[in-house]
Amino acid sequence: MIEIKNLHVSIGERKILDGLNLTVKDGEVAAIMGPNGTGKSTLSYVISGRDGYDVTEGEVLLDGENILGLEPHERAAKGVFLAFQYPVEIPGVATMTFLKAAVNAQRRSRGEEELQTPDFMKLIREASTKLGINMDMLKRALNVGFSGGEKKRMDILQMSLLQPKFGILDETDSGLDIDALRIVSEGVNALRSPNRSFLVITHYQRLLDYIKPDTVHVMAKGKIQKTGGPELALELEKSGYRDYVGEAA
Amino acid sequence: MAARQETVARVEEIDVDAYKYGFTTDIESEKAPKGLSEDIVRFISAKKNEPEWLTEWRLEAYRRWLTMEEPKWARVDYPAIDYQDLYYYSAPKSTPGPKSLDEVDPELLRTYEKLGIPLREQEALAGVEQRKVAVDAVFDSVSVATTFREELSKVGVIFCPISEAVREHPELVRKYLGSVVPVTDNFYATLNSAVFSDGSFVYIPPGVRCPMELSTYFRINEKNTGQFERTLIIADAGSYVSYLEGCTAPKRDENQLHAAVVELVALDDAEIKYSTVQNWYPGDSEGKGGIYNFVTKRGDCRGKNSHISWTQVETGSAVTWKYPSCILRGDNSQGEFYSIAVSNGYQQVDSGTKMIHLGKNTKSRIISKGISAGHSQNTYRGQVSAHRKAEGARNFTNCDSLLIGDKCGAHTVPYLESKNASAVFEHEATTSKISEDQLFYCMQRGLSEEEATALIVNGFVRDVLQKLPMEFAVEAQKLIAVSLEGSVG
Repeated sequence: MIEIKNLHVSIGERKILDGLNLTVKDGEVAAIMGPNGTGKSTLSYVISGRDGYDVTEGEVLLDGENILGLEPHERAAKGVFLAFQYPVEIPGVATMTFLKAAVNAQRRSRGEEELQTPDFMKLIREASTKLGINMDMLKRALNVGFSGGEKKRMDILQMSLLQPKFGILDETDSGLDIDALRIVSEGVNALRSPNRSFLVITHYQRLLDYIKPDTVHVMAKGKIQKTGGPELALELEKSGYRDYVGEAA
Repeated sequence: MAARQETVARVEEIDVDAYKYGFTTDIESEKAPKGLSEDIVRFISAKKNEPEWLTEWRLEAYRRWLTMEEPKWARVDYPAIDYQDLYYYSAPKSTPGPKSLDEVDPELLRTYEKLGIPLREQEALAGVEQRKVAVDAVFDSVSVATTFREELSKVGVIFCPISEAVREHPELVRKYLGSVVPVTDNFYATLNSAVFSDGSFVYIPPGVRCPMELSTYFRINEKNTGQFERTLIIADAGSYVSYLEGCTAPKRDENQLHAAVVELVALDDAEIKYSTVQNWYPGDSEGKGGIYNFVTKRGDCRGKNSHISWTQVETGSAVTWKYPSCILRGDNSQGEFYSIAVSNGYQQVDSGTKMIHLGKNTKSRIISKGISAGHSQNTYRGQVSAHRKAEGARNFTNCDSLLIGDKCGAHTVPYLESKNASAVFEHEATTSKISEDQLFYCMQRGLSEEEATALIVNGFVRDVLQKLPMEFAVEAQKLIAVSLEGSVG
């Protein structure tokens, strides 16, 4: 379970999150919708521990433990996973090498034994097949020259290998055509489980047709403005964010 | 802002003191008196029982050297060197030409053991899968052991200390010594010609593919001692050899001078692959101490279809001045230069290559990867030239620089010169920083900052690492990671 309490975040002088509260229970899929520039990506970066954000107040609890003081890789090992809006290219590093390094780094920091190559290969073959990822792609440098859809699928592949407790999807639908969107969504749905929760950040209802949320939160001006069920997303699709933005920003 | 400040803070904490080869060996040595004079040159020559012609050759170099000045064009800065305050000859006392390893001082063997270099052949042979590597170990000025000589001599390969080659194979040495790097070439090469003490000699006879990797490990131990090795490798027609050199030195507060000369000669259809893993002591975190590495390395593709390739992984030395080059004299000959130069702390690197196209349809390829961290300065300096008769000369150059932190510098200085209209030169260069996006992405997946940096850097240098012999590529990869420890922000 993830609990965000009274979170205030600034970048330099600019206040981005202004007392945000949010709880996502185990097994729950929560969607956050909201206009551009409202702090949705900031929220995902602050949870996962990116540098450059000043948290002035509040806490982020993962199963009751405040993770704000931890390094990004420590949070990852505890089960925080972020699927990036723009997955990053790492030239010269074979995707397979990267995946194995990541899986084993997390196992090490949890005090588990590292996976040996045959076991790892078995794991990755199964996971890749499910996502329609060709094994040849795993020999290429990570995300270098991948299409938008391939990059997103690669992120979901990482999520299925790393088996996080809490997965954040940051506008995973951006830049995806309808087929890619379906494959990615199926990948996420396959990972839904009673002890794993998700935070799905999106502008559009479309993604939520594929990944059905339990709860929908409307975010604007650095905090959650309204919380409801899936019907709230449909409502927003009609009325837009006007009611939440207030005066033109 | 926070990220930037932290970067600066981390860079300031860089621990270049983590140099793991910084031990000294307590061993008695025999030295020539300090300073340089004709007498010292004669002393060295006499110690080596050299023939008259070589003594004269040295003296000529010495006289020439007196008229020369240190080059000042490199982007490096260091206090003036007092050449009269150095020892020019130092040898481990008990070992004037040991006949077998049993006669070698055990203290010395332990040194090589610590360095992970197998000198005892049976040990190397014990590992079933392990590929054989013949080793020549040079300690201060003297070669202490050369392994696998018998096995090599069965196919006619000569691999021995150059001092021995002077006595045993004078015709070869006399024919080729100084034929690639002339006595008058440059200040350091000329100094080396006057006082060189030892180094490796390799001759591969026509049509022979050398059955194992040859390798020399250089170790500077003695205080205030200049090390001047001389390496000469001749690949006769249609032969092939792969050669690797490794270098380490103890931690010392004062700077030590290393001025080596390496000459390669490839005759018709011959190929020489020369790899270096250079890890001389780089100095401490304040920039105190470390080796001045002023080295002249040149290969002559003398025959048609000959091929010389230089691969270097440079992580050590306080100051590096080094340009392994190829003279592409034979028609259709090929030269290659693959380089990874890592600098951290206060290291200064000015390194690169020269590809001199003289023959028709000669090709050269340069891939240089510079990584700068800490307060270091890292310069690639490369010259590609095509002479009037170099019809159809081709060069491809790719120079990439990676910066870690914001107190270091990367510089690229290419010189292109073509006197033949049909020559085609391509030059690509990039400078980048390890991006925060890349670091965060890797860390979000569970890698620590240092693991993430090592991974990204290894990706950056991969094309070059692949050129190294397998067993050394792994070593080099580790070395790069160690050199960059604590440099991340």
